[in-house]
Amino acid sequence: MMTSPALLLILGAAGVPLLRGGRLRQALILSLPVAGLVMLWLLPEGTSASFALFGLELTPVRVDALSRLFATGFLVAALLTSVYALHLRDSLQQAVILAYAGTAVGGALAGDLLTLFVFWELAGLSSAFLIWAGRTERSYRAGMRYLVAQLISGLLLLAGTALRVQEGHGLEFSYLGLNGPGDALILAGVGLKCAFPLLHAWLTDTYPEATVVGTVALSPFTTKLAVYVLARGFPGTEMLIWVGVVMTVFPIFYAVIENDLRRVLAYSMINQLGFMVAGVGIGGALGVNGASAHAVADMVFKSLLFMAMGAVLLRTGTVKGSELGGLYKSMPQTTVLCMIGAASISAFPLFSGFATKSLIMEAVGQEHRTVVWLLLLFASAGVFHHAGIKIPYFAFFAHDRGFRVPEAPLNMRVAMTMAAVLCVGIGVAPNLFYELLPHTMDYAPYTAPHVINQLQLLLLASMAFTLLVRTGLYPPELRSVNLDADAVYRRALPAGWNALTRTVPRLRRTVGTPLGHCATALWDTTVRSSVNGRVIAPWSTHSMVWWAVLLLGGVLLLALL
Amino acid sequence: MTQLPVLQVTIPLACAPLCVLVRSRTAAWLVFLAAALFSLTCAALLTEQVADDGPVRYRMGGWPVPAGIEFVVGDFSTPILLLVSLSAAAAAVYGHRSVAAEMDARRSTLLYACLCLTLAGLLGLTVTGDVFNAFVFLEISSLATYTLIAMGRRRRALLAAFRYLVIGSVGAVFVLIGIGLAYAVTGTLNMADLAQRLSDSGGNRAVQAAVVFVFVGLAIKMALFPLHAWLPAAYAEAPSVVSTFIAAASTKVAIYVLCRFAFTVFGASLVFHSMPGDRIGLLLAAVAMLVASAAACLQNDLRYLLAWSSIAQIGYIMAGVALATTAGLSAAYLHIMAHAVTKAALFGTAGLLLIRLGSVQLSALAGIGRRMPWTFAAFVVAGLGLIGVPPTAGFVSKWALVAALVERDQWLVLGALLASSLLAVFYVGRVVEIAWFREPPEGAEPVRPATSMVAAVWFLALLSLYFGIDPTLPDRLADAAASALLGTGGG
Repeated sequence: MMTSPALLLILGAAGVPLLRGGRLRQALILSLPVAGLVMLWLLPEGTSASFALFGLELTPVRVDALSRLFATGFLVAALLTSVYALHLRDSLQQAVILAYAGTAVGGALAGDLLTLFVFWELAGLSSAFLIWAGRTERSYRAGMRYLVAQLISGLLLLAGTALRVQEGHGLEFSYLGLNGPGDALILAGVGLKCAFPLLHAWLTDTYPEATVVGTVALSPFTTKLAVYVLARGFPGTEMLIWVGVVMTVFPIFYAVIENDLRRVLAYSMINQLGFMVAGVGIGGALGVNGASAHAVADMVFKSLLFMAMGAVLLRTGTVKGSELGGLYKSMPQTTVLCMIGAASISAFPLFSGFATKSLIMEAVGQEHRTVVWLLLLFASAGVFHHAGIKIPYFAFFAHDRGFRVPEAPLNMRVAMTMAAVLCVGIGVAPNLFYELLPHTMDYAPYTAPHVINQLQLLLLASMAFTLLVRTGLYPPELRSVNLDADAVYRRALPAGWNALTRTVPRLRRTVGTPLGHCATALWDTTVRSSVNGRVIAPWSTHSMVWWAVLLLGGVLLLALL
Repeated sequence: MTQLPVLQVTIPLACAPLCVLVRSRTAAWLVFLAAALFSLTCAALLTEQVADDGPVRYRMGGWPVPAGIEFVVGDFSTPILLLVSLSAAAAAVYGHRSVAAEMDARRSTLLYACLCLTLAGLLGLTVTGDVFNAFVFLEISSLATYTLIAMGRRRRALLAAFRYLVIGSVGAVFVLIGIGLAYAVTGTLNMADLAQRLSDSGGNRAVQAAVVFVFVGLAIKMALFPLHAWLPAAYAEAPSVVSTFIAAASTKVAIYVLCRFAFTVFGASLVFHSMPGDRIGLLLAAVAMLVASAAACLQNDLRYLLAWSSIAQIGYIMAGVALATTAGLSAAYLHIMAHAVTKAALFGTAGLLLIRLGSVQLSALAGIGRRMPWTFAAFVVAGLGLIGVPPTAGFVSKWALVAALVERDQWLVLGALLASSLLAVFYVGRVVEIAWFREPPEGAEPVRPATSMVAAVWFLALLSLYFGIDPTLPDRLADAAASALLGTGGG
């Protein structure tokens, strides 16, 4: 238990606000993820000592190839994010980033469902602070919506776990499948965190509301932990293939018309998650390898893109496509780094996305699922369109809006450079990265047909973009609100409730009056008083005694009948 | 050692007049502290003894039962003894500076005297093995509590105490009527004897009426919805030290007495199988969770908010009891302990804030988390325990309760419990948001709370954390208590 990198990060994070000296604090922040990485790789494969709670076996640490890969990814992402956050004077955010990363690592190393639940909830709780750290009414509300989604997901996981224990399966966290009601509940909980279609709204709704650093820190952990749970518990589940396909396709349309560039990235994140979910759904060595490789690569390149947008937001105060443009003159380094991230997410050869996404496409191809393959291909073109071209184009090129701002702070550029080096490294030497994957496989990404195929796709997609922009058919960047599933709980439910509360008094006026004073009096004392909060206001003594007598009479009647 | 059960009760009882006689605030406080520490020691020794040698029976004055009064300390009462005396000790440490800040010296000695009386009453209620004696101790603790609440610093405290007095007396009379009916049928007052004689007269209407009277009477004392209305004002208007103590101990003891009557006097088969005790209990518990948590969300005063949350927590405990299974009772005991520790810490913090700010309206708390970081950190730790976030004691007990509900397929109650937990996230989160993220008012001086009070609050908060990380002790106590209640009777 004590030799877990997760505990190291969480306990170390508690020390961050205590260190007042700037240098000392920065040293602690940087050393924690590095120390975590060293500790993780010194841990032997296998499970740690387990202990019993309520007669259930708990295994807090389990190291195998799959969990080590994800934990490594989380720690690398924690290091990148920490470097990126180094300039902050807000120790709360810096501490929360480390603690949040620690919970993700702990979740990846959890050997049983209860430990997983604990870290699952802690991850949701700690990350909410990254949204609240905006310290405005808007971010408070967004944080609350975020937290509710996270807690519901945790409750589903807990309920599923309880059902499994009830059925005698124990707490062990290995292949779960979809055999009983408990497994279905767990899948629903994971699906909520993994942003399954219609459950995704919390992600696109709240991620863009976090602080500059907060959005960067939110992107790698929660959703990838969900992918890990899927890869561990539900590989080869047929349903997940179609869920994944839907996830890759529908965000493209939203991403194209969205104006807030960080929200574009949030939609693009769902799309990338879709590839991973589809990979898990295919299952087998190649599918699971593809999903986990792509998850780790996504942690890096999606962070890089969010970092670039964060730097833009920090310097210009906006990430609206309609207000930005021409920044390449004042922020050249950020521009180049952002384009490396864009190339990686669009799977250009020699960049990380190419080496990892192709595993998933290959797995789909080997199963001869033509329709799925074609839809994923369409989604790949869409990715290039909105994330590969749209983000750099509208932020750094397009019309020059006259921003003359300084380049991003040094620590941000260092973090982005580190991420970019990783992206290129994985892309150039994929075989080194493949060594880390959970299953052994024989696969070479750089074959002539594959490279040519991918280049054709990318070139035609960029040609389409150019044509659309030239002919003016491209949807213009407008300051607008696009309807998504979150409208259900942000607008429709409150509106329905308002309508209900408006109709109730109206009905009372029209129906209640004819019934006469007697009925009205009864109505007043029972229904309206409870609606108007008489329950909360102090009760008079005689009504308390009346209740006691009523209860006594009622129970006596029930008992003696 | 053989006199421990009676010393446990009589020492605090004897300390009460002593508090009045010494006439000095500090001396009276020392007397109360000594009484609390003494009863804590007795409770610990008795726990050990019961765990080793089984139940301890003490015959008052050597009179043979059933004619004489008998004290019984079994596995079912030791957790409650520990809990009551521990919260009294914590309240004593907390109380010295709190009482000094809230009232004048003359009334302080009276307050300590009443605290001693409440402690004696609650402990006596826990150990007695005689139903009429239980009524007497119930009245001792209740009368002392009415007085304590009336000492609150606002005039509204008088009204709260008066209303509690009226409804509390009604409850006591109901209990007395119930006891009288049982006596009329069996002709005995000793619990063990009653249990034996009642087992032959299951279908008797008078016995069933007795069950109903005792149930409703104790439901008033434990503030089970819809008989809860006395509680919010009583807790919120009482002096801080009093609300810290009674929020931890008094309703919990009422629940314990209900368990004692239901399982070891009337018998589970009569209350829960021939009569619809389980269904009525679960229904009221579920409604209590939902309504009280929703009401807590609408409060604007921190102490009223905490009091409403207590009513919801009573619902959780009642759900465990009404299941009448080993798992359910064990979960109820766990939650009794977890909630007592948590809620005492929360009311203690509220008292600290009240002294420094003069008000605990939520609007007055803006930015207080940054001006009193240690105090408020304790509030957050205890608040997480109230929601049931791991690793706190609240999580352990809620987990046990969920497991017990699942075991009996009570999905609706489980749903109510989960909804109520979500509401708890909301009302605790609301306080945390105001205290941490709102700007403090301009020109406000950073304030320094009294160390002894903060220490007491932190002790309780850390205890809740400790029991969340290593729940072996409460778990063992709760399991033993549940099996003792459901087993042969024991008393």
